[in-house]
Amino acid sequence: MLRVIARGLLSAIPVLFLVSLITFGLMRFIPGDPSAAIAGLAATAQQIEAIRKDLGLDQPILTQLLRWYAGLLRGDLGRSILMGKSVLEVTFERLPITLALSAYALAITLVFGLLSGILAALRQNTWVDQAAMMFSMLGISVPNFFLGLLMIILFSVHLGWLPTGGYIPFTQDPWGWLRTSTMPAISLALLQMGLLARITRSTMLEVLRQDYVRTARAKGLPERTVVMKHALANALIPITTVVGIIVSLLVSGAVVTETLFSIPGMGQLLTSAVLNRDYPMVQGALLLVTAFLVMINILVDICYALLDPRVRYE
Amino acid sequence: MSSSVETALLDAEDARGPRRQHPARAALRRLLRHKLFLSGLVLFGIILIAGLAAPWITTADPTRLSLRNKFLPPGENFVFGTDNLGRSLWSRVVWGAQLSVIIGVSVVALNAVFGTLFGAIAGYFRRLDNAMMRVNDALMAFPAILLAIGITAVLGPSTVNVILALAIVYIPRTARIVRASVLVVREMEYVQAAVAAGAGHWRILFRHILPNAMAPLIVQLSFLFAYAVLSEATLSFLGLGAVPPTPTWGNIMAEGRQYMREAPWIITIPGVALMITVMGLNLLGDGLRDVLDPRLRIQQ
Repeated sequence: MLRVIARGLLSAIPVLFLVSLITFGLMRFIPGDPSAAIAGLAATAQQIEAIRKDLGLDQPILTQLLRWYAGLLRGDLGRSILMGKSVLEVTFERLPITLALSAYALAITLVFGLLSGILAALRQNTWVDQAAMMFSMLGISVPNFFLGLLMIILFSVHLGWLPTGGYIPFTQDPWGWLRTSTMPAISLALLQMGLLARITRSTMLEVLRQDYVRTARAKGLPERTVVMKHALANALIPITTVVGIIVSLLVSGAVVTETLFSIPGMGQLLTSAVLNRDYPMVQGALLLVTAFLVMINILVDICYALLDPRVRYE
Repeated sequence: MSSSVETALLDAEDARGPRRQHPARAALRRLLRHKLFLSGLVLFGIILIAGLAAPWITTADPTRLSLRNKFLPPGENFVFGTDNLGRSLWSRVVWGAQLSVIIGVSVVALNAVFGTLFGAIAGYFRRLDNAMMRVNDALMAFPAILLAIGITAVLGPSTVNVILALAIVYIPRTARIVRASVLVVREMEYVQAAVAAGAGHWRILFRHILPNAMAPLIVQLSFLFAYAVLSEATLSFLGLGAVPPTPTWGNIMAEGRQYMREAPWIITIPGVALMITVMGLNLLGDGLRDVLDPRLRIQQ
């Protein structure tokens, strides 16, 4: 088991190295003079020069690269121009908000995605199956920001049940958090829910046709036991691998959802950083979020190996 | 579903028939009997035709202001109503369809060329595989929209830059699929036969391997079209796509956000258009996968 974990962690190193290199390279492709772009149109030559010095852009590219890695190893990702704080500090303020929203959305995804996928498989080719698959087709086709807008129009503008946006931390007021987070979480969950339902259905159908399920039925086990213990337990193993993809989609979706609902998380931070040409923040946020996802995926791989002995002993 | 029985019968017929049908024609026949594929074709067809016919089916300039006509609900003079500046929403949404089609076609074309090239090279030349796939993995580690945002942040917001950004984001994903398919096909006996006959690497790759490794790529490209349209709408909704007043669905919806109380149609009409496009392409993709790539079929 330790070997599985160690191998997983080791495989992260080249990916993380390349990800950081790409992030570094990306910001060097800014056409023209990034310092001038950051300073804005009204800036004087001295101001531009000061920014250039501050960002180290007056140095040769190799020095910049070495500084970038030296900074990374010390946990220094530079300073956000917009926020006037270190990138890491801003991230630590914002990330928990995105994580809370993503966790809420993930819970919705898992409950409804798995449930409708399983039901569809058990009632294959009935109206239940067709309704579930229609619903998941809608899920993967309705853009999350469109669903968000529709919900705002219905529940906030017309019915006045929920606020149109804003954010109340859970620790401050759990009910308020629920009121501000429910619409964003639903709109964020929709796509993943559809994907998960489709994958769960096809995996379940495959498992239900296996010999061991027929054996379980033949020896007279109640259908509940057959489905839960024999089919579902085995179907869940390949489904775990999808969780990594789901988390990645959640983080992507959070960018839009947070902007739409004015939730001050990482997604909104990234959008405003881009619009305000806060390049150190864009670079830092991109790297941190991606590094986080790489670690999640490795965790998923490790879980997969632990759940499925066939993978472990290969 | 009865269609699986039908396809099975068709297959049997094909095998027994006096002249064997060309595989592409057989696939086409099965596609035309696939109900979900056909409904996808209709949905996407509506958008495609609207986009292509934009200059002929719209009369009003999509960017011309007419404050006298602002906030008109859908009705006689303006089928889809007007927005906050009195612009015809019909014109804006139809021209938006054209832009979506252009973005989708461009991203798909760039992926078809470069994704295939990189995937084929990585899958065929084993020495390059490891290095290429590492870079691929790193690019795929970035969440798609985030990387696209990063790239448009660097290049600046414009239609061409959105196309470039989306191509860069999705080419690694396409390359991965082509590579996987090439890895399978290169082990086939007819490839060994080609090697034995003394064919060169490029001839083997392009004449023998790639044509037989295309099915997963075609399926991927139809989904990719949907992602491209959706991502472009997302980027322009965030203000990172084509610059307003260019009529893109994302731009229209972003502007409509402020007026959703008095004029909800500004949001719902382009939103529904976007949904029809994405759903149509998803259905097309599902159909193509069922017919071309039965291994991945959602079990019937």
